[in-house]
Amino acid sequence: MDKTNRPIVLEAKGLTKRFPGVLANDNINLKLHQGEILALLGENGAGKSTLMNMLYGLYTPTEGEIWIKGEKVELSNPGEAIDRGVGMVHQHFQLVPPMTVAENVMLGSEITSGGGRLNMRQAIRNVRELSEQYGLAVDPTAVIEDLPVGTQQRVEIIKALYRHADILILDEPTAVLTPQEANELFRIMRDLTAQNVSIIFITHKLKEVLAVADRIGVLRSGQMVGTAMPEDSTETSLAEMMVGRNVILRVEKSASKPGQPVLQIQNLHVHDDRGHAAVEGVDLEVFAGEILGIAGVEGNGQRELVEALTGLRHIDAGKIRIDGQDTTHFSPRQITELGVAHIPEDREKHGLVMPYTLSDNMVLNRYFKAPYAKGLIMHHDKIDENGKVLVKEYDVRPPNVHALAQNLSGGNKQKVIVAREFSSPTKLLVAAQPTRGIDVGSIEFIHKEIVAQRDHGVAVLVVSAELDEVLGLADRVAVMFDGRVVKILPIAEATRERVGLLMAGSDA
Amino acid sequence: MTTAAMAKTKSRGDYVRIVGLIFGGIVLLGIIYGYITNPVTTTAVLASTLRQSTPLVLGALCGLIGERSGIINIGIEGQMLMAAFIAFLANVYTGNLFVAVLAGLATGAVLGGFLAFMSVTLKMDQIIGGTVINILALGLTSFFYQTGLTTQGKLQAIALGPLAEIPLIGPVFFDNPPITYATLILVMVVHYVLFYTRWGLRTRAVGEHPSAADTVGINVYKMRYINVIIGGSIAGLAGAYLTLEAVGSFERAMTNGRGFVALAVMIFGKYTPFGAWGAALLFGFAVALQTQLQFSGRLEIPHQFIGMLPYVLTIVVLAGFVGRTRVPAAVGKPYEKE
Amino acid sequence: MTTQTDSKAKPSRLMAIWRAASIPLAAVILALLVGAVILLISGANPIAAYSALAKGAFGSTAAFGRTLEKATPLILGGLAVAFAFKGGLFNIGGQGQLLFGAIVAAGVGFGIDGLPFIIHMPLALLMGSLAGALYGAIPGALKTYTGAHEVITTIMLNFIAINFTDWLADGPWKDEGIVARTPAIAEAAAIPTWGNIPAGFFLAILAAVATWYLLYRTTTGYEIRTVGLNSNAAKYAGIKVSYTVILTMAISGFLAGMGGAIETLGVVGRYQPGFNAGLGFDGITIALLARTNPLGVIPAALLVGAMQAGSSQMQFDAHVPFQIIDVIQALILFFVSADMIVRWIVRVQPEEGEQVTLSTSWG
Repeated sequence: MDKTNRPIVLEAKGLTKRFPGVLANDNINLKLHQGEILALLGENGAGKSTLMNMLYGLYTPTEGEIWIKGEKVELSNPGEAIDRGVGMVHQHFQLVPPMTVAENVMLGSEITSGGGRLNMRQAIRNVRELSEQYGLAVDPTAVIEDLPVGTQQRVEIIKALYRHADILILDEPTAVLTPQEANELFRIMRDLTAQNVSIIFITHKLKEVLAVADRIGVLRSGQMVGTAMPEDSTETSLAEMMVGRNVILRVEKSASKPGQPVLQIQNLHVHDDRGHAAVEGVDLEVFAGEILGIAGVEGNGQRELVEALTGLRHIDAGKIRIDGQDTTHFSPRQITELGVAHIPEDREKHGLVMPYTLSDNMVLNRYFKAPYAKGLIMHHDKIDENGKVLVKEYDVRPPNVHALAQNLSGGNKQKVIVAREFSSPTKLLVAAQPTRGIDVGSIEFIHKEIVAQRDHGVAVLVVSAELDEVLGLADRVAVMFDGRVVKILPIAEATRERVGLLMAGSDA
Repeated sequence: MTTAAMAKTKSRGDYVRIVGLIFGGIVLLGIIYGYITNPVTTTAVLASTLRQSTPLVLGALCGLIGERSGIINIGIEGQMLMAAFIAFLANVYTGNLFVAVLAGLATGAVLGGFLAFMSVTLKMDQIIGGTVINILALGLTSFFYQTGLTTQGKLQAIALGPLAEIPLIGPVFFDNPPITYATLILVMVVHYVLFYTRWGLRTRAVGEHPSAADTVGINVYKMRYINVIIGGSIAGLAGAYLTLEAVGSFERAMTNGRGFVALAVMIFGKYTPFGAWGAALLFGFAVALQTQLQFSGRLEIPHQFIGMLPYVLTIVVLAGFVGRTRVPAAVGKPYEKE
Repeated sequence: MTTQTDSKAKPSRLMAIWRAASIPLAAVILALLVGAVILLISGANPIAAYSALAKGAFGSTAAFGRTLEKATPLILGGLAVAFAFKGGLFNIGGQGQLLFGAIVAAGVGFGIDGLPFIIHMPLALLMGSLAGALYGAIPGALKTYTGAHEVITTIMLNFIAINFTDWLADGPWKDEGIVARTPAIAEAAAIPTWGNIPAGFFLAILAAVATWYLLYRTTTGYEIRTVGLNSNAAKYAGIKVSYTVILTMAISGFLAGMGGAIETLGVVGRYQPGFNAGLGFDGITIALLARTNPLGVIPAALLVGAMQAGSSQMQFDAHVPFQIIDVIQALILFFVSADMIVRWIVRVQPEEGEQVTLSTSWG
């Protein structure tokens, strides 16, 4: 809906932010009207978070002005933004896990009774009132780490409302929600705007923008390249504004020609780090020459499943067979030796040693094999040679094998891992969140590589929290919910609505 | 979480509780038996337990206040030693015990500030920072200490009237020098502040999830500085205790590893004040008991093995408990605003 | 968002050495300056003190020999700590591992008769080093299997070692007479001194080179360094982390034990309690001064060894208590670890990948 005739509650004029060596935001102009939902669209690295951090007082602008409700302000900390009615719901929740909802909500604006003593009863009462007023159901005495993600998000929103926010900034709020939960969030957003709360919501998901925004702003490489009205836009037009060139949204691939089963999982049971059951009886098969995509909101056992497959996690019960061999109790090295490539979910934690050079990283799981080593002695010249070849083939930037992994961009770090994993004969590829947090160019590259592997007869398992990625790549879609595979669908039957319902646990 | 897993974690907690109760029961029975058979010795052992545990409790309080706010303090030993030395010097040159205690507190606070500076501002690795304090303290105290300085006496026990007359409990709890009393009070104060006040809530938030605190306007750096400085002054009190209440003078390296044992006490006590108090009593009891048995000739162990006891116990405690205790999530990581 | 990276090829050898050495050099100079201030406060003349120090360290071949002698256990202690650092571990137990190395070497030295030098000395050296290795493996195993952080366990083990070796020297292994010490080692077990130069020094140099080679040219070294930098990635790479942690501590202990063994076999000639206190902490200073590089340990140890060797001359000539060396060492440690503050003072650009972090494994 066009609300541009309403009063302006928040305005950025020529807002610029410079970090050493990086121009994160370049001369941005932005207007937010009362009761409006303004969606800010941009790919990873476009500068959305930096802009929001300035509006919330976490960063100081290098140049430019911020006006809130008609007054020019200089925000040196979030406290000042909060005082002016700006509230932020972060992408990575800013909640203290072992504390309760009430404690989290009042943190920083605590209710005390004489001498600093906390008045928990009053706090609990206040939280209950707020949750009723805005239709955000939460139990004030619940401990955050026991709550599901959707509920935690509601706590974040209550935190902002508790501080009388009437301008809300939501940073990638649907990253952790099922499509149905996202719709519920949109309902909450519309209810809030009906009570004259104004919302800026940051996302890179085109569908959501079209579903809920009143107006759309597009950021690219730190600049505001334009605004658009949802009525006049399509996913393609928005994507082209985001990226600046023609974008093909669907991954180009031909039909799959599945062969023998390469990965066979039977009745798998795995528990997580806290001792709770994470995978509760999964049966799955992946055939050579096909891509099986696992869809599902994060936290439903996908991570533990992948770790169990690759030997990084102990298996409580069940069997895993790779290429006919029982690998249930195999070590990571034994599994790699069988021809399994693994792109880990957390590239900086598992996939790379940041202070190592690119060439050292390229041999991370094969440093002990010829020609890189003979017995105990390592051959660094051969390691460097290998690195040079791979860096060229996979277009890693900068193309210097002695560069340290920590100095590369996210996309290039991922390319190093992909280069390493794809450079030896592979029968099974396990890719977890393969394009998380990287730029569109690298995303396209990696998707092409994954499809190429499939076409070479590799069995591919892709786990992704981005539903669009799964739907774009997969030949078959398996949905995980609560530690089980609730359904496996051929891609033709995997509509967003159907998969979304399955992701939320209903039988569709 | 499935019901099976829930049952498992619940029963493990029950198991620990049962073992703890049985153990406590045995100790209690032992004390009663000991009192009936030999009241003087038993009282002496228990009183000695309380005294031995005082520097450990104080050290543990220092450590846990810091860790709750996210800073590892390996330098408790150095803080104690330096404070002991300065308190000793103050005693020698002013003859005023109160001033000497204050000097100890101040020294601990200054070293706490130094640790905070290294950890929070310079963002150095906190374990190296603590080690620097230990080495500096050892070097400076050894360099500046000259033998032959005489002190003007030490802090004497103050009996609390009729309370001190109660058999067994009286002499043990109510007939102690001031710092020992102060320690008992401090345990309760720290517990209250940490878990019932706004300051405590913010401290714990800063230690668990500093960016959550930052985004609601809490100054993470300031909170950590103040907590570590307060903790440091408590370690300073421990140093003052050693030289002004326990020994009466100063010796090179007189802390003798207590600062590190205090870390084990802190972990064993699950980063809570009362837990630390209980754990320290346990350590103190073990040492006091062994020494008593040694003197009474019941055990024929060379004295070096008695000397090893607190250190072996520390290792045993760490090995048994450190994995099972929940550490504040953000501990040890310097906070960087994103 | 990426920062600009320069696509330099590997910098020249000399440039690399200069960049590596500039911070430690600056740290030492700063420490000496602050030390001079402390000397002034305590009423001494820093110039007289420092020149006496230099005389005592380098003024004659005898002095030079003393410096090399002092430097030997420092090289090995520094190697022990540096090696453990590379594996992500903080070995403060050098003291205890050294004591065990020393006393076991003494035991083999006096306990066996009639062996020729070519067998007796290496045997005593080896047994002492292995004793250190075993004692070092203990905290490694504790860390792996129980999570007990090695900072505390190694310090506790130091105290335990002091008590235990005291008992041995005062009890079952005691020499005749009143003094608590072991009997002297056999002639055939002793490490010779050539003129004023102790042969043990060259053993230490050999150990440093061997350690460097192990770390940077072998698969074992790659595994140790990977575990030290990112144990998660190490697991992913198929490295057995538990085994590597224990191996790292064992090798670290081996080096410290060797230091003790060389002291016994080459300098003291028997085990006597109370010798070489504080080596654990010295080792830390040297390891950090050397930026945890095994070859850098050699100049670092020579520097500190020179200070220690010259300290008695300084006490004699300038009447300055030798403990000022402890203070200066502590200051060096502070400046060297406060990377950032020194860089700011000296205006040197930060180098990638050199930050030492040990706190990630706490708790």
